[in-house]
Amino acid sequence: MSTATFKIWRGNSQNGEFRDYTTETAEGMVVLDAVIQIQATQARDLACRWNCKAGKCGSCSAEVNGMPKLMCMTRLSELPLEKPVTVEPMKAFPVIKDLVTDVSWNFRVKKKIKPFKPRPPDAPDGTWRMQQEDIDRVQEFRKCIECFLCQDVCHVLRDHQMYEKFIGPRFLIHVAALEMHPLDTQDRIEELRNTQGIGYCNITKCCTKVCPESIQITDNGIIPLKERVVDEFYDPLGWFWKGLKRLLNR
Amino acid sequence: MNGATALPRRSFGETMRADIWWLQPLFVFLGLSTFIVYSTWAAFQGKNYFLGNYVSPFYSPELFGDSPHSWFGPRPGWWPYWLIFSPALFVLWAPAGFRVTCYYYRGAYYKAFWADPPACTVGEPRKSYWGERSFPLIMQNVHRYFLYLALFFLIVLSIDVWKALWFRDGFGIGVGTIVLAINVVLLGGYTFGCHSLRHLVGGFLDQFSRSPPCYRAYACVSCFNRRHMLWAWLSLFWVGFADLYVRLCAMGIWRDFRLV
Repeated sequence: MSTATFKIWRGNSQNGEFRDYTTETAEGMVVLDAVIQIQATQARDLACRWNCKAGKCGSCSAEVNGMPKLMCMTRLSELPLEKPVTVEPMKAFPVIKDLVTDVSWNFRVKKKIKPFKPRPPDAPDGTWRMQQEDIDRVQEFRKCIECFLCQDVCHVLRDHQMYEKFIGPRFLIHVAALEMHPLDTQDRIEELRNTQGIGYCNITKCCTKVCPESIQITDNGIIPLKERVVDEFYDPLGWFWKGLKRLLNR
Repeated sequence: MNGATALPRRSFGETMRADIWWLQPLFVFLGLSTFIVYSTWAAFQGKNYFLGNYVSPFYSPELFGDSPHSWFGPRPGWWPYWLIFSPALFVLWAPAGFRVTCYYYRGAYYKAFWADPPACTVGEPRKSYWGERSFPLIMQNVHRYFLYLALFFLIVLSIDVWKALWFRDGFGIGVGTIVLAINVVLLGGYTFGCHSLRHLVGGFLDQFSRSPPCYRAYACVSCFNRRHMLWAWLSLFWVGFADLYVRLCAMGIWRDFRLV
């Protein structure tokens, strides 16, 4: 059986350091397996959050060799094991202990977004009718497992710490899911521009790269929202066209 | 962030990434720089941009100029005598604006030229950040206007390909014809995959089922959009090569072969 060395960040919000742990590895192991093995055999006090081990709960988010990843979905066979594998907590959020971060800011942001407000029901029994082509687009966004890796990798949050001005890719996708929903009647465009800071996104596509659900965050979510903001605030020809259409429809 | 401890800011280039993260931004930097240098040089030449029925895409539509392809005759009298004259200067700003404001290129050159960030999870050189919310980058929102111009240019370049099929002795196909035709195909793939076009043809709708033509157009643009980066690079390379081909043929360095 072969072995691999893991440099795991140990500490709290005040200070910390990398510590080396060498552990046995086997075929099919993921980083989370190794971390749990280290926790069981060498570092009983190592804090690590995990739940499903199937890439669906979004709990085991961390940075493996400098890139945000779900530990349970990162196979050791994908990593260069001849060098130590670094495992750190997400850097965009405050550390609680070791690999566990406080992601509660995300939930506070979510509460501020205008909720789903459907049009009146289509049928007398209080139900609605939707076509598949209308819902395909938002179904992609509903795959989000809220692992917050996209928030972690976004340089606006990670490097510039604009938590008060920018809601981050996760919540832009959430707004997209609501805004493009065929039943929804709310208008969130003004908030997107003014308080949610969509203009801070400079389309580096890092969020798309790290998404474990392969959601095309930038191309299918953020850019279409930016275009809706352009419709509303930066397109005089579009305003003229819409005005003309309204006039002709009278 | 409530209750958060301020994280230490990483220095420029600092990262825990173990891969060669700088390779992609370096290629983007070199690729775009090469194109900018060459296209600027070519635009200011003002000569060797046509050969018979071929005209360089950098100079088309030729609004004013000395070639038979000119729309409105030679250099206008109002053009200042002290200013370099080149037919490309009247038109090249439009496709350049389309690419500069393109969503793909924005992400690419923010990384490669401005290190904002240099690559994902790599430390940045500056503390301040304005994004695309204030001047000058708020001007990126004009992208759809450049799209309208790009669609017009696509029609003009298609007409150039048609003209490139007609030689002095009648119909024919030369290597130059194929070079110009490939240019239109690649520019078409790039333009028809534009994110703004995707929005304008149907993406603005919440209920596609109410407008099947818009839905079909949206699906079609989405198909091109999935490979937008690839189309962007192929079309960039080829439009430069098409100019070089016409230029070298016009200078007599290369000879255009008639295939048909």
